[in-house]
Amino acid sequence: MPSEWASLTADLVHAFGETFLMVGISGFFAIVGGLPLGFLLFIAERRLFWDNKAAYATGSVTVNIIRSIPFVILLVLLLPFTQFVLGTTIGPAAATVPLSVAAIAFYARLVEAALCEVDPGIIEAAQAFGASPLRIVATVLFPEALAGFLRALTVTLISLIGYSAMAGIVGGGGVGDLAIRFGYYRYQTDVLIVTVIALVILVQLVQTLGDRLAKHADKKGV
Amino acid sequence: MIELQNISIEFRTKDQVIRAVDQASLHIGTGEVFGIVGASGAGKSSLLRTINLLERPSAGRVRLDGRDITDLKGAALRRERQKTGLIFQHFNLMHTRTVFDNVAFALRVAGKQAAEIAAHVPEILDLVGLSDKVQVYPSQLSGGQKQRVGIARAIANHPAVLLCDEPTSALDLETSGAILELLKEINRRLGITIVLISHEMSVIKTICDRVAVMDQGRIVEQGDVYDIFARPEHPFTRQLVDRTFNLDLPERLTANLQGTLLKILFLGERAEHPLLSEAALRFGISVNILHGKIEYINNRAIGLLVALLGELQECSTHAAHITEPLTGRIAAAVDFIRQGSARVEVLHA
Ligand SMILES: Nc1ncnc2c1ncn2[C@@H]1O[C@H](COP(=O)(O)OP(=O)(O)OP(=O)(O)O)[C@@H](O)[C@H]1O
Ligand SMILES: [Mg+2]
Repeated sequence: MPSEWASLTADLVHAFGETFLMVGISGFFAIVGGLPLGFLLFIAERRLFWDNKAAYATGSVTVNIIRSIPFVILLVLLLPFTQFVLGTTIGPAAATVPLSVAAIAFYARLVEAALCEVDPGIIEAAQAFGASPLRIVATVLFPEALAGFLRALTVTLISLIGYSAMAGIVGGGGVGDLAIRFGYYRYQTDVLIVTVIALVILVQLVQTLGDRLAKHADKKGV
Repeated sequence: MIELQNISIEFRTKDQVIRAVDQASLHIGTGEVFGIVGASGAGKSSLLRTINLLERPSAGRVRLDGRDITDLKGAALRRERQKTGLIFQHFNLMHTRTVFDNVAFALRVAGKQAAEIAAHVPEILDLVGLSDKVQVYPSQLSGGQKQRVGIARAIANHPAVLLCDEPTSALDLETSGAILELLKEINRRLGITIVLISHEMSVIKTICDRVAVMDQGRIVEQGDVYDIFARPEHPFTRQLVDRTFNLDLPERLTANLQGTLLKILFLGERAEHPLLSEAALRFGISVNILHGKIEYINNRAIGLLVALLGELQECSTHAAHITEPLTGRIAAAVDFIRQGSARVEVLHA
């Protein structure tokens, strides 16, 4: 049944395309939103150049709330917001809204953790030489924590691949949608298996690439 | 140059207030190497860090060159900090940057141009003896080499003051000596005032002109290193100095002592005077030296001897005039030694 395989391949390619789109966009927002938020949490917590307990408490609690809601529920909770932003709640684009919200909160925490790994003595040395806060953030904290950021991004992207599959359940498209349609509704176990294999390979690729980049950024172990 | 006036530092934790520094005042002259010595937790680091306001004092004033900098903030404070270098016990180098870039960082902060940085960094690395490690990452360096990078980074901007927080505590004895030698040379050649913290008197002795002794947040004593070694006043200082001289006698010797045990301090050229042999002859007693040490501090000698005065052996009691009992003669000998030396302590009579 070559034609069936051809159509399955086409479906798979289409589904993975949608998954890439969802993970790509929400991954982008994870960096754009989560990185600054992570820095903010770290700086407010350590009272580095900016002693603001209220800002830390607000940021921290918001992040915790988002992180403690299971993604499927967050998906539903954010439906009105998605409707408001995009005018629809169906399709991969719509799924990127809750995915991005979850990704920002998730990545922000990991960025904060990576920054905590930077030796406080190094920050203190930079302060002692009269470096400005902006310079410390850009030329000390960022490069020293870059390897950590990359590892955190790897974890985030892999989680997003998983989340995006859940988004498929509520009509988000992508690999999850494919698995539900063929594996669950039509009992085509072979499709399910092929999907799983493809997912395993994808996650493996992301992890390997992430490890490579992180190792390159991390001069400590040279 | 550096004036700390009645500095107090308090740390507030959840349920208590820790007074890390209590009313400390210091005056450090230009070109001096000034030591701060004290036990762990005495408040040395806290006090040192007020000099570049990494720690803001709860009370008191910090003056540099007569200018009160205590209330400086923001850009003005950062400009002020560029005039002081700081080196750390654990080096605190950036792992992700080469030796060159670690040193260049301090220059970039000070707004130097790339061309100037490219020319200046190799010069400084040459000065600290690391010209062959320019493009190496810190993880590939030994502890002593890391501290040299720390020093290079700290002096890159031609600071007026170099603050050193236990710069040799993480290094072995030999490397430690080389680093102190380098600091001394920097002080001499570049005229940079150095303030150095240590918990070891031996480090202070090697490099410092003057020293302040800290105990539980207070400066209990300060002065010339030689004077502090020669005449420690505070019990804590005495303990520190004693530990440096390390004149403990083995128990075998102290168990059944016959006679009077003295600890005698000689200062300067007195250390070379044959005082003890004269006492032995004049009072017809035996002088047995059990322990001794001469330290040279800033080229002046401090000698410490532990000697036992006792009865002379039979065969040599030829001096006819010795009729007095032994105790009287020993008392007279102790007086005689006391006059001829800086200090005599009777350890056992
Ligand atoms: N940030 C802080 N918060 C609370 N307490 C602190 C803080 N920094 C220092 N202390 C306390 O202040 C006291 C003095 O600390 P400091 O680090 O100045 O001592 P030190 O003489 O440098 O000791 P060491 O030789 O161990 O470095 C200690 O009791 C310490 O616990
Ligand atoms: Mg300390």
